[in-house]
Amino acid sequence: MAQVFPPAANSAARASLLGAMALPVLLTMAGMALTRSSYNTHVNVAIEQPIPFSHEHHATELGIDCRYCHTSVEKSAFAGIPPTHTCMSCHSQIWTNSPLLEPLRESYRKGIPLKWNRVNKLPEFVYFNHSIHVNRGINCNNCHGPIEKMNLTAKGKPFFMSWCLECHRNPEGYLRKPGTALDIYREGQSNLPHKLDPDDERLLYDQDYKPSAERVEKGKELMEYYHIKKDQLTDCWVCHR
Amino acid sequence: MHDHDEQPHNLDSMRSKLQGKDGAQYWRSLEELAGTDEFQRFVDDEFPHRATLLELDRRQFLTLMGSSLALAGLTGCRILPQDKIVPYVKAPEEVIAGKPLTYATAISLGGYAHGVLVESHEGRPTKIEGNPGHPASLGATNAFMQAAMHTLYDPDRARAITNVAVASTWDDFLAATSKALEGQTASKGAGIRLLTETVTSPTLAAQIREFLTKYPNAEWHQYDTSSADNVKAGARLALGSPVNVVYKFDKAARVLSLDSDFLMTMPGSVRYARDFTNGRRVRKGTREINRLYAIESMPTLTGALADHRLPAKSSDIEAIAYSIAQGLGIDVGSSAPTTKLAPPWIAAAVKDLNAHPGESLVVPGEQQPPSVHALCHAINEKLGAVGKTVVYTEPVEAEAVEHVASLNDLLADIHAGHVQALFILGGSNPAFTAPADFAFADTLRRVRFKVYHGIYADETAALCDWHVPDTHFLEAWSDARAFDGTASIVQPLIEPLYVSKSAHEVMAALNDKPLPGYDILRESWKALGGAGDFDTWWRKTLYQGFVDGSAAKEVQATIQGSLASRLPQPVSAGSGLEINFRLDPTLGDGRWANNAWLQELPKPVTKLVWDNAAIMSPATATELKLCPADRPDQATGSMVELSLGNRKLKMPVYILPGHAANSVTVHVGYGRTKTGLVGADHGFNPYPLRTSAAPWFSGGLKVSPTGEKYDLLSTHYHNSIEMLDRELARVRTIEDFIKNPKLTEPDEEENPPEYDTLFREPDTYRDWEGAKWGMSIDLQTCIGCNACVVACQAENNIPTVGKDQVSRGREMHWIRIDRYFKGKDLENPQVVFQPVPCMHCERAPCEPVCPVAATTHSHEGLNQMVYNRCVGTRYCSNNCPYKVRRFNFLNYANHHDVNELGQEAAPLKLLNNPNVTVRSRGVMEKCSYCVQRINAARIEAKKDRRNIKDGEVVTACEQACPTQAIIFGDIADANSRVSKAKRQDHDYTLLADLNTRPRTTYMAKIRNPNPEISTE
Repeated sequence: MAQVFPPAANSAARASLLGAMALPVLLTMAGMALTRSSYNTHVNVAIEQPIPFSHEHHATELGIDCRYCHTSVEKSAFAGIPPTHTCMSCHSQIWTNSPLLEPLRESYRKGIPLKWNRVNKLPEFVYFNHSIHVNRGINCNNCHGPIEKMNLTAKGKPFFMSWCLECHRNPEGYLRKPGTALDIYREGQSNLPHKLDPDDERLLYDQDYKPSAERVEKGKELMEYYHIKKDQLTDCWVCHR
Repeated sequence: MHDHDEQPHNLDSMRSKLQGKDGAQYWRSLEELAGTDEFQRFVDDEFPHRATLLELDRRQFLTLMGSSLALAGLTGCRILPQDKIVPYVKAPEEVIAGKPLTYATAISLGGYAHGVLVESHEGRPTKIEGNPGHPASLGATNAFMQAAMHTLYDPDRARAITNVAVASTWDDFLAATSKALEGQTASKGAGIRLLTETVTSPTLAAQIREFLTKYPNAEWHQYDTSSADNVKAGARLALGSPVNVVYKFDKAARVLSLDSDFLMTMPGSVRYARDFTNGRRVRKGTREINRLYAIESMPTLTGALADHRLPAKSSDIEAIAYSIAQGLGIDVGSSAPTTKLAPPWIAAAVKDLNAHPGESLVVPGEQQPPSVHALCHAINEKLGAVGKTVVYTEPVEAEAVEHVASLNDLLADIHAGHVQALFILGGSNPAFTAPADFAFADTLRRVRFKVYHGIYADETAALCDWHVPDTHFLEAWSDARAFDGTASIVQPLIEPLYVSKSAHEVMAALNDKPLPGYDILRESWKALGGAGDFDTWWRKTLYQGFVDGSAAKEVQATIQGSLASRLPQPVSAGSGLEINFRLDPTLGDGRWANNAWLQELPKPVTKLVWDNAAIMSPATATELKLCPADRPDQATGSMVELSLGNRKLKMPVYILPGHAANSVTVHVGYGRTKTGLVGADHGFNPYPLRTSAAPWFSGGLKVSPTGEKYDLLSTHYHNSIEMLDRELARVRTIEDFIKNPKLTEPDEEENPPEYDTLFREPDTYRDWEGAKWGMSIDLQTCIGCNACVVACQAENNIPTVGKDQVSRGREMHWIRIDRYFKGKDLENPQVVFQPVPCMHCERAPCEPVCPVAATTHSHEGLNQMVYNRCVGTRYCSNNCPYKVRRFNFLNYANHHDVNELGQEAAPLKLLNNPNVTVRSRGVMEKCSYCVQRINAARIEAKKDRRNIKDGEVVTACEQACPTQAIIFGDIADANSRVSKAKRQDHDYTLLADLNTRPRTTYMAKIRNPNPEISTE
C-alpha cells in the first residue's frame, strides 16, 4: 500500500503543532491590537453630524476662541455645547442661504435643539472636570488632539485609563501659567511667522505630543504654584465616585 | 451572647438576664435578650439567608458553573448606541451646564410651610435642603421634606384629568363645572360646598373668600387627619380664642411633655428640635443642660430623649395634668380626678418645673383632649412661662376651625340633601382618612356633582365624578405660612410633569378668573402689600424664600375667669385595654404611602418597614397570652383581632419595650387600597376603628389572638455589631461627666488600646499634608428622626429594594440608625439612637481583603469604593466590623423598564443625582462621606489657590440633621468644627479595641436626671 502521507506531512504536522501553540498568543495579541485600534477607540474617525461643522475653519482660519462656543469650559465640569443662538449670532448674517446650515435655521425657527452626535465620551463612572484642567493651564489638545486642525470632528485620543494616568502620575510637563491654556491657538492661527516654541508647535500639530524634559523641569515650579499634590491625583475617588 | 444552649426563655429569664448584666446594660431587642437563632444569624452574618455552595448538590453546582463559564464573557458584550449631545436653542440666564442652581421655595406639611432650598440640574430638581433663613427650618429638614422629591417623580401619580375614570380635558371639566354651578346662582350657592385641608396660604384663603362672596350661601369645610383640633379647642377653652401656640425651647431649662412628640409631629418640630437640643449640647466645662420629662403611652423620639420617661396610658394623662395643676396650686375644682401613677415622680417633676420660673414649660400632645391643653395653659401661666418659653400669636390658619366638627357639619348637610356640588381640594383623601362613624364613602355618593383635586388617583378620587390631578409643590406657584406665621412664596422649579392644576388654578377657574398660577400669586401679593417697589420686593422675597416680617403678631392671652368651671367632665381612664391612634411616623395619614423611600425607612422607634402593627408592651402581650412560655419576643408577628365595640380589625403585634401597659398603639396610614404600586396592599388599615368621638385614643379595646403569624419586618437586628461586653452607644449622666469627663475606666485611660497589626503600613494618612476628612456624631443631640437616612438616599442615588429583599438584610441605606435599649427595666428602658455610616477607618479591615483593590484609601483618609473595579466577592463586607457595606444583590437601581417595586422606571431616573454613579448588580457600595461634594469644593478651592474652608463641604446627612448632631470637616485643621468636636473629652471611638482608627467618632449621650427621682 502506498504511503498515505508524503514526507512533507511531518513538517506540516510539526508546523501545525507550533501553530496551535502560537494561536492563543496570536489571538490575544490580535485582540489587544484590536482594542487599541481606532476600530474600537474611534480615534481619528469622524462621526457624521447634522451639520458638517469644521473646527479648522472656525478656530484656525477665523480665529474664534474656543470659549466663544464652549462657554463653561473654565467654570464647570462640562465644557458646554453652543446653543443655536450662538451659531446664529453670525449665521443670521453670513451663509444665510447655505443648504448645509438648514438644520440650524430650522432649529432656530422651531425652537427645537440640534442633536449632535457625541464624539468624546467617558464611561458614566468617570467624572472628568474641564474647569480644573483648563484652570491649571492644560491645553485642549492634550486630550482632544489637534482639534483646531480638524475639518470634521473626531476623537483625538483613546481615553484609556492608562492614558489618563500618564498625566495624572506626571503632570509637570502639561501645566501652563494661569490663564494661558488657550494662548497657543492665537499664535498658531496668525499669518505672521510663528513665535511658538518647539513644544507648543508639536502640541498644536502632533497627535502624539509628549512634553520635553525642559518643559517638565519648568512645570515643577508650577506644581508648587498650583499646590498640586501629585500623590492625590491618582486617588480613585478623584475621578470615580 | 454566644451561648446557644436552650434554657427556658421567659420574661423572668429575660429580666434576670438584664439583672445579671453588670456594668452597662445595653440591649437592642427582645430577640437579643432571648438569644434567638435569628438574631444570632444577623450578628454572625451581614447578609444571612442566602444559598451557599454547600447547599448545592454536585449536579446543580456543575450546571451553574458550566453556564456561568459559558456566559461569563457575554456580560461585557454590547454595542453601545451613539450618544446624542443636545444643546439649548437659547441658553437660559444663569445656567452653566454641569453646575446645579439652587432656588428657595417652601413645602407644606399639614398645611404649614417649611422653607427649603432645592437643587436643580439644568432644570431638573434633584435634592431638597433646608433654608437656613427660614424660621421653621434653619437649614435643616425632616424625612418628609427629603422624601418629597421622590413624590415629584413618582410614576404612579395621576396623569390626566378624569371624568368617572375616563380621561378628559380641563376644558370639559370647566364646562361641566360651570353647568353645575349655573343652577346654584339663584340660591346663592346654597348647594355648594368646598372641602379643603388646613389652609395657611393667604392667596388660597383669599380665593376661597372671593368664591364665598360670589356664592354667599356656599360653605367652606376643612378636614385633615393631622389637624390639631384639640390644640385649638384647648386654647379656646382656656384663653377664649384659638390662638396659635409657639414654643420657645431655646429658653426652656425644664420641659415636661404630656404625651407630646414635639420633636417630630408639630408644624414647628424641625425648629423645635434645634432649639431644644441647643440647650443640651455638652462641651468641655458644661455643667448644666436642660432637663426633659416625658409622660407618654407610645415611645416616641421625645420620650427617647427624655431624662425621665414615665409610660402612661393616653387616658391617664388627663388625671396627671389635673394633679400637676393641683400641685402648683391651680384651682381645678373639687371633682378633679387624681392619678395613682408614680406620685413621687410627678411631685419631683413639678417641684423642678416650679423651681425654674419663666424657664420651664409643659407641652401637651395634640392627641390629648382640650381639657389637657387648657390645663397646660393654666400650668404654663402659673410657671411664668407665657411670653417666655411659650408665646401666643394670632392664628396662622386662615380659618382656625376644628376639622372633625367641620367634616361632621358637611356630612350632616349632605344627609339633609343640601349639597349638590362638592369640591374636595388638596389630596386629604377623606374617603380613606375620615372617622369611621362618618361613613364618608357612602355619604359622598349622595352628592350629585363631586370633584376631587389630589395628586394621586386615590380612594376619594375613585368616588368622585371628576378628578383633577394636583400639582406637586415643585411644579406650581403657591404660598403658605409656617408654624410662627412666616409666609413663603412657593416657587416652582419645573413645569408640571403631567396634566395637573394647582389649587389656585382650580379656585381661579371657579371664580371665573382663569389666570396662570404665577399671575394669581403676584396679584395676590400686590394686594397683601409687598413693601416699596413691588418687583424689587418680589424678587427679594423669592430669593430669600420667605416674606420679611410676616410672622404672626404676638397676642396677650390669659386664662379667662375660673377655668375649673369650664373644664368638661373628665373621662375616667378605666382599667381595661386602651387603643391609641397615631399618624404613621413615615407615611403620615397615608398620603406618603406611595413613597418608596418612606416605606422602606425604618420607623424611628420600632424600626418596622413596609408595615404597621399593633404595638404593645411585653407585659401586656404576656397578660394577653399572645406568646407561649411567657416569652414576649415571640408575640411579635402574631396576628390578633382588635375589637372596639363592633368594629374589628386583624393586625400583627409588635412588642415594644417601654410602651405603656394595657395600651395598644396602631399607626394609621397603611392599608391603602387605591394608590400606586408601592403603597397599595401594604400593612393594615386602622381607620375603620377610629371614630369621631375618639379619634386618638379609646378604652374598651379587646384583643384576641387569631393564631396566625404574619411576616412583620423590623430592621432592628439587621447589621448588628457584635456587642460582647462593649459599650457601643455610651450613655452617662451629667454628674458622671463633670466628675470624669473622659468616660473611660481609669485603667483604660492609662493604656489606650494599641495592638500590633499584620498589615504593617506606613501611616500615610496620618502624615498627609492636606485635608484629612473626619466626622463627629453627637449621640447627645441625635434624636433618631431619620432625616439623615433619607437625605443620604436622595443625595447618593440609593435604591429601595422592597420588603422581601429587606427581610434578607439587603436594605441599601448607607447610614443606619441603631437603636439601643439601656437599663434593667423591660417596661421602661432608656432608648439611645446611634447613626452608623461608614467609619472611614485609617486601618480599614475591608481594604486588605479585596482581591481586586476595588476598595482602597485616599490620601485625605477616605475609604474609597470603586464600583467599576468591584467584582462582588463581598469579602470586604464580611470583614467590616461595623457592618456598613451594602451589596447590590440584584439590579436594584440600574433598572431598565420597571424597577424592583414594579414601577415604570423612566420618571424615577430623573431623580438621580448626576454626580453620583448609579450602581449596578454585583457591586458593593457604602457611605462615601459625600465625596462628590468634597470634590466639587476641592476643585473650586484649587481654582482660587486656597484651602477648602471649614463648612465648605457639608455631607448630606449633616446638612439635613435638624439638631446638628453630625459634624463633618477637616481634622487636620485644628480650628475646624469637627476638630473641636473630636477634642471633647467625651468623644469616643466605636470598637476602639479593634484598632481600626475610624475617622468617624462619637460623642457620648449625657443625661440630666433629677436626683430626686430614683432611676432603678
